[in-house]
Amino acid sequence: MNPDSAQQKLTEYVTATIGGHLFGLPIVRVQDVFIPERLTRVPLAPPEIAGVLNLRGRIVTLVDLRRCFGLDQAEAGAAAMAIGVESRGESYGLLIDSVGEVLKLNESAREPNPINLDARLARMSAGIHRLEGQLLIVVDVDRVLDIGPGALAA
Amino acid sequence: MDDLLREFVTETHESLDVVDVELVRFEQDPNNAKILGNVFRLVHTIKGTCGFLGLPRLEALAHAAETLMGKFRDGQPATSEAVTLVLATIDRIKRILDTLEREQREPEGADEDLIGELDRMAERLPPAAAITEEPQYTVGKLTPQVLERPLRPGEDTLDDLERAFRATAVEPPAAKTAKSAGEPAKDEEAGKTGNQSIRVTVDTLEKLMTMVSELVLTRNQLLEIVRRHEDSEFKAPLQRLSSVTAELQEGVMKTRMQPIGNAWQKLPRIVRDLSNELGKQIDLEMQGAETELDRQVLDLIKDPLTHMVRNSADHGLESPAERRAAGKPEHGRIRLSAYHEGGHIIIQVADDGRGLNTERIKAKAIAQGLVSEADADKLSEAQIHKFIFAPGMSTAAKITSVSGRGVGMDVVRNNIDQIGGTIDVKSVAGVGLSFTIKIPLTLAIVAALIVEAAGDRFAIPQISVVELVRTRAGGEHRVERIKDTAVLRLRDKLLPLARLSQLLGVDNEPGDIETGFIVVTQVGSETFGIVVDGVFHTEEIVVKPLSSKLRHIAMFSGNTILGDGSVIMIVDPNGVAQSLGSMVSGQMDADNAADARHTAGEETTSLLVFRAGSSQPKAVPLALITRLEEIDARKIELSNGRHMVQYRGQLMPLVSMNDSVRVKGEGAQPLLVFSDGARSMALVVDEIVDIVEDRLDIQVGGDNSGVLGSAIIKGQATEIIDVGHFLPLAFEDWFRKKEQSARARRSLLLIDDSPFFRSMLTPVLQAVGYDVTAAASAPAALAMLNEGRAFDVIVTDIEMPEMSGFEFAERLRENSRTAETPIIALSSVVSAEAVERGRQVGFHDYVAKFDRQGLIAALKEQTEIGRAA
Repeated sequence: MNPDSAQQKLTEYVTATIGGHLFGLPIVRVQDVFIPERLTRVPLAPPEIAGVLNLRGRIVTLVDLRRCFGLDQAEAGAAAMAIGVESRGESYGLLIDSVGEVLKLNESAREPNPINLDARLARMSAGIHRLEGQLLIVVDVDRVLDIGPGALAA
Repeated sequence: MDDLLREFVTETHESLDVVDVELVRFEQDPNNAKILGNVFRLVHTIKGTCGFLGLPRLEALAHAAETLMGKFRDGQPATSEAVTLVLATIDRIKRILDTLEREQREPEGADEDLIGELDRMAERLPPAAAITEEPQYTVGKLTPQVLERPLRPGEDTLDDLERAFRATAVEPPAAKTAKSAGEPAKDEEAGKTGNQSIRVTVDTLEKLMTMVSELVLTRNQLLEIVRRHEDSEFKAPLQRLSSVTAELQEGVMKTRMQPIGNAWQKLPRIVRDLSNELGKQIDLEMQGAETELDRQVLDLIKDPLTHMVRNSADHGLESPAERRAAGKPEHGRIRLSAYHEGGHIIIQVADDGRGLNTERIKAKAIAQGLVSEADADKLSEAQIHKFIFAPGMSTAAKITSVSGRGVGMDVVRNNIDQIGGTIDVKSVAGVGLSFTIKIPLTLAIVAALIVEAAGDRFAIPQISVVELVRTRAGGEHRVERIKDTAVLRLRDKLLPLARLSQLLGVDNEPGDIETGFIVVTQVGSETFGIVVDGVFHTEEIVVKPLSSKLRHIAMFSGNTILGDGSVIMIVDPNGVAQSLGSMVSGQMDADNAADARHTAGEETTSLLVFRAGSSQPKAVPLALITRLEEIDARKIELSNGRHMVQYRGQLMPLVSMNDSVRVKGEGAQPLLVFSDGARSMALVVDEIVDIVEDRLDIQVGGDNSGVLGSAIIKGQATEIIDVGHFLPLAFEDWFRKKEQSARARRSLLLIDDSPFFRSMLTPVLQAVGYDVTAAASAPAALAMLNEGRAFDVIVTDIEMPEMSGFEFAERLRENSRTAETPIIALSSVVSAEAVERGRQVGFHDYVAKFDRQGLIAALKEQTEIGRAA
């Protein structure tokens, strides 16, 4: 990120809560928000993959963000939503608890991750925004999707 | 501008491909003005468009080529040299186009070399008559014109343009009359260029496909709703919607299909260049170019086909001198053909060249360590030929620029494997070589069996499913279990079984393998059973590639959306086979290795290991056992001083291994059941230990009756029991009864180098009514026959040290006295090649070594025929 141009740059984030934490995804990466239905689990898949489902004729791979971030598992039957993103021509859904609003935040106000942040979370976070009364963790979508047999060890 | 450029590049690429083909045709048929006209028109269009788009390099090249071709059109002979030059120019144009496509601009560089040569060639040809006539059309005064920059190569001077302009001004009336005179010709032209087609990007088609899938799903949902309401007014319109949707789906599928000729387009040019370079005369025949297959499949076989044609031209076909010497026509022939067969497309590449050099392949395979020297000698030619598909097996003695660069048939096979195809090679020395490729019509839509495992549904591609077997406790097909290995005995074959839920690691309840459905699956030459909890139906599924995050899971080959809208995973039978272990493998390497292992005399045998009487393990070949039983000891009855049990509505006698084996009074009693026809007997044992695959090599002969000898099995000395000894113990008349029933006993000669098989088979064959004479080797058997002994039928092993069964059969056929005796081959290698070879040398039948029933059936058939004749 170029610091000079970032001075006045506003980025729009879609906010989402997962396990009581507030996360922000850059709106340019967000395709849609949907309620995952008829999820098919995939045996032998990496634990971060919650399954696959049919979203308007496309097969979408659902990623369990709680697992990615190392958060506690949701209670069974809890309502869930998913944020649709695309990466290298493939469709993914990021599993969240609930979706919030769209926030415009100044890039210059974004702070680096605290050094004592949980390693799994730190790997997938692009920084922190201090909001009134709450912290917003900026999600690095590409890092989140960097899962697979190779990344499992991390 | 971008779009325009892209369109230009695609269009020009296509035009150039046509030019390639047409030029080669023109060279062979120089008087065909129509071909030349077509080529000329295409090059002219390219030149014109280049000029319009401001691409000077391309324009200059096209112009120079056009000039030279203009000379041909004016009646100059098209020399091979000139055609080569034009083709070289076209290659250069293609290279420039490639850069243009990548960088949106022409690459730096000069083409003076080519243009110069083209011009020189054009000049060397005498000037065409048209130019001398030109002044006649030029009327009026010519004003010398000056261009304010130097001329670029290929550009005409303004004077020339002016002259041309004036010349054309006179032409229109003439052109008009010509048109009206030749109306049919115009139609023909329009038919060719108009062609009623438009260019659509693949993306658009893929999107269309997705939308159609969505439509199908919606329709299915609607149908489901209407089904629940009896008298719905929606019924009729929905029916219409349904059929229209089906047609639409079919139509969109069709757009993905392309004629295989598209993959062959470049071949005539390649063959032409090769024949020049190699100094060979080659005719390329293509049949079935219109055969359609899926675009995706087409892309994947393009390169393999090209490679095979190159190979044929380079290595396969001989030089004209060699061909003359061999009494063949000087022109070598390469034939490509394609046709549909079932859900597959068969593509053949054949040449009439020298065929594969078996010796050289063998030497190379040994050098590469693929097979040991001793083993290699025992392989059949066809088996050796298969080595060409192994990596690093380029056998060209000298490396030419054409082929023999280390990448070879292994790459071809990999590509074909990828699309679920198979490739086979047939070669006859001095006559030719042919490859047969079998590939599925499409990768996109396949018929699949929808099954259930651990509560989830999965699809298994129908193409690898052989049959479905329902198992039930006490039913006809039962799962037998030896320790942790579950097997199914299906028509005298043992199938290894695996639970799908276990393979997928989603086993909810520990496997109750006894009840369920077994999907008998075949991968390559191996068959195995996948146990599933339920089978729903078959469905045509649209295969969608797996997400890159899931692609590493070998157990799945893709996923699909079912009619009800849910996503399910497609099971890859190859992956299942691999996880079942080394016993199953679809790879040809493994087949070869297995063949080699068998022929090397290290054949392994499935043995059932059990304990009876002593702690020393005992074993019996699994194939001899009909069934393994565990019965409640209380059901054992004592009748006339003998133990009996009611078994399938009959009394079955129980026989103890020896006196120290006690029939249990309570609990479960393990039994080994042996059957022959309607009769069964059971051998009482203490414990069934395991099934092992091991070499059976009886090292110490047995003194005890009922024991053939001892062998080392899994590192332990094990007694091999003699089944033939126990059969008469159960029924005293076991053999005698048969003797009486057979009106005249037939004489049988059994040849096997293994004492175990001789002693195992002799009682079995005696039991079905033959007088068995055993010989330990083929020479010994020949000696017997030469002494004047005659046999009704001969059963011989194939793999024997002194003289193989094949050789033995050939010897018999040479002798008029034995030529008519039926011979049955026994072998542990039952491959199609071996059977074929067997037929050639005169075997009447070919039976697997442990297939007792098969052998008896074959014997019956052969001796009966002999009797009838």
